[in-house]
Amino acid sequence: MSKKNEVPEVDIVIDHEAGVIREVKQPGLRSKSGHERRVNGGIYTVLVIMSIIWLAPFVFLVFQSFRSYITESGGMVAYLLPKQWSLDNYIWLLTDEKSHFLQWYGNTLIIALFCAVIQTLMVLSVSYTLSRLRFKGRKLIMNVVLVLGMFPGFLTMITLYFLLKQLGLTQQGAIPGLILIYCASSGMGYYISKGFFDTIPKSLDESARIDGATRAQVFMKIIMPLAKPIVIYTILMAFMAPWGDYVFASYVAFGSEPNYNVAVGLYRWVNVNDYQGFFTRFCAGGVLVAVPITALFLALQKYYVEGVTGGAVKG
Amino acid sequence: MNDLDYLKLTGLSKLAYKCRQFFCGIPKKLAAFFLGIGRFLVKLVMGIGSEIKDVAATFANGDWKTKLSYLVMGFGSAARGQWGRGLLFFLFQTVFNVYMFMPNASFSGCYYLGKLSTLGTIETYREGRKTVYGDNSFFILLYGVLTIFFILAFIYTWRMNVKQNKLSEQILKSGKKLKSTKDDIKSLADEQFHKTLLALPTLGVTVFTILPIIFMILVAFTNFDATHQPPSKLFTWVGWDNFRQLLSSDSASYGNTFGQVLLWTLIWAFFATFLNYFLGMLVAIMINKKGIKLKKMWRTILVMTIAIPQFVSLLYVSKMFAADGLINTYLMKWGWIASPIPFWTDPVWARVTVIVINVWIGIPYLMLIATGILMNIPADLYESARIDGANAFQMYKKITLPYMLFVTGPYLLTSFTGNINNFNVIFLLSGGKPLSLELSGNAGYTDLLITWLYKMTVSDTNYKLAAVMGILVFLVCAVINLVVYNMIPSVKNEEDFQ
Repeated sequence: MSKKNEVPEVDIVIDHEAGVIREVKQPGLRSKSGHERRVNGGIYTVLVIMSIIWLAPFVFLVFQSFRSYITESGGMVAYLLPKQWSLDNYIWLLTDEKSHFLQWYGNTLIIALFCAVIQTLMVLSVSYTLSRLRFKGRKLIMNVVLVLGMFPGFLTMITLYFLLKQLGLTQQGAIPGLILIYCASSGMGYYISKGFFDTIPKSLDESARIDGATRAQVFMKIIMPLAKPIVIYTILMAFMAPWGDYVFASYVAFGSEPNYNVAVGLYRWVNVNDYQGFFTRFCAGGVLVAVPITALFLALQKYYVEGVTGGAVKG
Repeated sequence: MNDLDYLKLTGLSKLAYKCRQFFCGIPKKLAAFFLGIGRFLVKLVMGIGSEIKDVAATFANGDWKTKLSYLVMGFGSAARGQWGRGLLFFLFQTVFNVYMFMPNASFSGCYYLGKLSTLGTIETYREGRKTVYGDNSFFILLYGVLTIFFILAFIYTWRMNVKQNKLSEQILKSGKKLKSTKDDIKSLADEQFHKTLLALPTLGVTVFTILPIIFMILVAFTNFDATHQPPSKLFTWVGWDNFRQLLSSDSASYGNTFGQVLLWTLIWAFFATFLNYFLGMLVAIMINKKGIKLKKMWRTILVMTIAIPQFVSLLYVSKMFAADGLINTYLMKWGWIASPIPFWTDPVWARVTVIVINVWIGIPYLMLIATGILMNIPADLYESARIDGANAFQMYKKITLPYMLFVTGPYLLTSFTGNINNFNVIFLLSGGKPLSLELSGNAGYTDLLITWLYKMTVSDTNYKLAAVMGILVFLVCAVINLVVYNMIPSVKNEEDFQ
């Protein structure tokens, strides 16, 4: 190193809270120099600007949802703050008989709840099996899933549509149909929770087996209680996904307005035909969807972070 | 070149050396690949031969129960007391027979199988006011594939049935007892637990993923499109025509457009992956820097874009950037611009805008991932680097970056292929627009292969080309995965940071 005797003033990437790093004692040199302060000031500036950029659209969304479509305009306008704050959009969404919003909300909630239960069971079974049990064809299954995963998802959309149609699960039956589609292949998304199961020591299983537990008992009584973080992560993901699905939902429920989910309904308000006057209603609907989902997510953020980082490291 | 020579090279020539090695290795790898296929085929033929031999031998040596099982599946098992297994075999055979030879001939498996080679010949026609339906090519193809699945499953089960008989006979001859049905059920919670757990997921994936994928691969070789829509019209096999139409570059074909869309898809995937990766890492480093307060708050603010459903946030943001959207109107109000910036109507602007907005969506993920990994970097590395007098940038270049790349190599790969298929961002933001007369097939300048595929399916009902495109997307992803996976181990060896 050329700058042998220069004092390092900035230490990077070390999390203070995590306590991973021991303090390096360099008395006199560690006191906050002007340089250090300038660097920190710069970082704070960047973070504040980023925070504004990250939050601004959501704040705007909330502002515009309070602009009345009766006294002002339901379309897009050239100003941000409503001239008069009003709840008209929300009232229309929740009470007007032309609004299907509550129905859409209910549909999505039902789909999300079923998915959260069924998908979690599927994912946990597959990931546990592939992680802990050894049997013929295990490698084959993993390779097949890998190859299948490289096909784009929408390729099979029409086939799935006609399969569902055969079962009478489109349009009027769109909700059970969507649940079926979301859940049927969900076992393929086993990677992250398999990664988690891989980290639980094998010796736990073995000692339980020696004590006479069957494999099913090991799964239910020993591994499951330990797997709480990944179970919550899987439930969270399965619950959140249906709220944002437009593509399959619009295809399967096509033309049957009472059977839309929120994404399809709101998307149509913004983008189809002459729906400009619905812009503020879209904003209000967006707020009603985003608030509970965001609250749930932030409450369970810890588990999400665990899942995502674990998944990325395992690849 | 031996290891020592290699280590003496500088970074760039190391890379060049590795690339040369990789490309020189291609012929060898290809040869090995085809040899592997050859060996596999030989093995397959030999395997089938020995299976048949075994089936014949079992029949010749078996008792009457075994022999009857060849016709009535499960008879041997049931007759030897394993009625559970016997019943399952028998049920499967019954279902199979009913499906294949149903009395109502136009719904049986044999019917579909017979029509598979033509995909139907009887046209739908109108007789006065009534429509008389002929063959439905769609269902012939779909159920034809299903029937083939079923037949393969039957052959496999039948073979299991025969094996079962042979095994039972051997066990009985040696004086041991057979497992009772009760034991069988018990073992499903123990030795055979994987079967219990995998049964439902396998069924789901087979019916709702594998069957549709095979169906769509076959559709790529038919003329199934807007003018050949069942039930009113038939479609039929056309060989490689669709591939020719999508890839050749004469005026009636989509070749030029396909090339442009593919190029943009790769550019998009590159920026969406690496821009997010490095910016996300930078943000993580900033937030985690010692002395920065309110770490949790910064993280939570950024994570908002993950928490809020994309159709809300992205649709709203796309409206913000519209010609009459907030950004343009305010810029004009302040007098910074005279006319609206063509965020969604100019090709270059649109492409840059989607990439930039994707950063807004993507940074938080990377920030979270990077935070987790950064915390795991051994502290001693930094300590010793500091004692050696390294500055922040040097430590980043020599410690942080190699460590991150080493750990997240596979993640980068999956995220790259994920971005090739990143439907939501493009669809909700620009919808593929701006369109252009220079692009055929309704494609726009920000269309990825996957959104173009979606348009072909939904608005053009051009299923045949959509199917071809799906196959090509698969090939692109598969090639990238194969190539990069081959390189990752060598990359790993290099990343020995001491």
